[in-house]
Amino acid sequence: MKKFINNNDDFLKESLTGFGKAHSDIINVNLDPSFVSRKNKTKDGKVSLISGGGSGHEPMHGGFVGHGMLDAACPGFVFSAPTPDQMQAAAEHVDSGAGVLFIVKNYSGDIMNFQMGAEMYSGKNDSIVTNDDVAVEDSTFTTGRRGVAATVLVEKIVGSLAEHAGSLEECKKLGEKVNKNAGTMGVAFTSCTVPAAGKPTFDIGDDEMEFGVGIHGEPGRKREKIQPSKTIVGNILEAILDNLKPEKNQKNLLFVNGMGGTPLTELYLVYEDACQILQSKGFQVTKSLVGNYCTSLEMQGASITLLKCDDEILKHWDSPVHTAAMRWGM
Amino acid sequence: MSVSFLISQAKSVQKVIDENSAEIEVLDQKIGDGDHIFNIQRGLKLVVELEDSIKNLPLAKALNMIAMKVLSGIGGSSGALFGTFFMTMAKSPDLDKDVDFNKACEMIISGIRAMKERGKADVGEKTMMDVLIPVSEKLNELKNESEFKSGLNEVIKIAEERMLSTRDMLATKGRASFLGERAKGHIDPGARSSQLIIDTICKSVINN
Repeated sequence: MKKFINNNDDFLKESLTGFGKAHSDIINVNLDPSFVSRKNKTKDGKVSLISGGGSGHEPMHGGFVGHGMLDAACPGFVFSAPTPDQMQAAAEHVDSGAGVLFIVKNYSGDIMNFQMGAEMYSGKNDSIVTNDDVAVEDSTFTTGRRGVAATVLVEKIVGSLAEHAGSLEECKKLGEKVNKNAGTMGVAFTSCTVPAAGKPTFDIGDDEMEFGVGIHGEPGRKREKIQPSKTIVGNILEAILDNLKPEKNQKNLLFVNGMGGTPLTELYLVYEDACQILQSKGFQVTKSLVGNYCTSLEMQGASITLLKCDDEILKHWDSPVHTAAMRWGM
Repeated sequence: MSVSFLISQAKSVQKVIDENSAEIEVLDQKIGDGDHIFNIQRGLKLVVELEDSIKNLPLAKALNMIAMKVLSGIGGSSGALFGTFFMTMAKSPDLDKDVDFNKACEMIISGIRAMKERGKADVGEKTMMDVLIPVSEKLNELKNESEFKSGLNEVIKIAEERMLSTRDMLATKGRASFLGERAKGHIDPGARSSQLIIDTICKSVINN
């Protein structure tokens, strides 16, 4: 394992402290219990959005704390759900009286810890669960689909509504709409290495890729020989379109997300391939996002997310945002 | 059950889990994301380190401190589930009186029931509950018996059989559920760590 690391026990604390210093104009980092919150207090009457999850997906979620997006984020250990006392402390810190909406990715550990945090918090609160990964079969009898990159879009779009005086109920409704209208699928070329483990999470040949990989290096649909980008992107889009079934005149947001170890040059190439394929099938690409937003440590690979947009979603997508990892319009 | 019993069990379990950590890590890397063993080891270390702060406390208070430490120090599914287990045990009535075998069984049974509710997982879903639920059912049969030591040998056997049975299961809950057929052929890491915990504690009770 080659990583910038001093010792395992301090890995997260040191990284969070650096994050706090680097973005001290936007956020504060609280340690023990750890949470990232906005530098400025949430204004009275604004619903507070709190997300969180295991670390290792940076900039998600701490990088999305700031105007127009989250009010706080609770980072767990690498790939491990945060603990209920973090959610409780973050909620108590940011809630300005309008209530708290927890944004949770669909993993058993995250669901349980956020539920306990919500039970421990005495103020008004509600939760939404993201589950956009079309690589996994959905079923009411199982844990269901994984929450992956579309969580970024949910946080941006609901963040704008909260900034525009949306109520807790309205924010929850919009978040659920964005989640339902989004589909994601990822591919990995290499594994990630959890610092505490010290070795790669999975073995993969030089000429192989994991199709449908999760953001923790969990296996996906199948292991395949690597193929040209157009073929890979075509297969990913086929799975997403099959699931989302967008109309031809539908406006769409196309999000190409890096897993952490793939250069932007390649991500833009993926974006180009995806645009061409979608347009050749008669689908519109109205909005774009390309970059490393929901990563899996140093994994090489990318995911593609397609979000079906209506006017409400488009308006809140375009509105100003000012966070460590996403800034426009202000 | 006493505070000193809890501390000595935590130390024995820590030793056994450390000895088997490589195996559990590999199991989790096959069907999970590799964090389970580190979470369990971190939790046990935190509980063992509590010794000085809890050794003179009443049982209910000590259990509550363990629960809070586990809940805030572990994270992931294990933190929430084991935190729930200890929190429920701490809420048992009459903890200021002597806690005999019958009472201890009832505490463990109610703790496991709370874990089942928290995780919404039942037997057959390839999780730690595949071991814990049958163990809790067996303890319910045993709790009123005066000669419980031979019964605890059966608990050990049940835990091992149920742990092994997760090998051929499809996972429907937890991280492995995302794998479908590919989860088959691997023992669930949570089932393995739970079985080791039960094995260690039962053997220690039998030998004392």
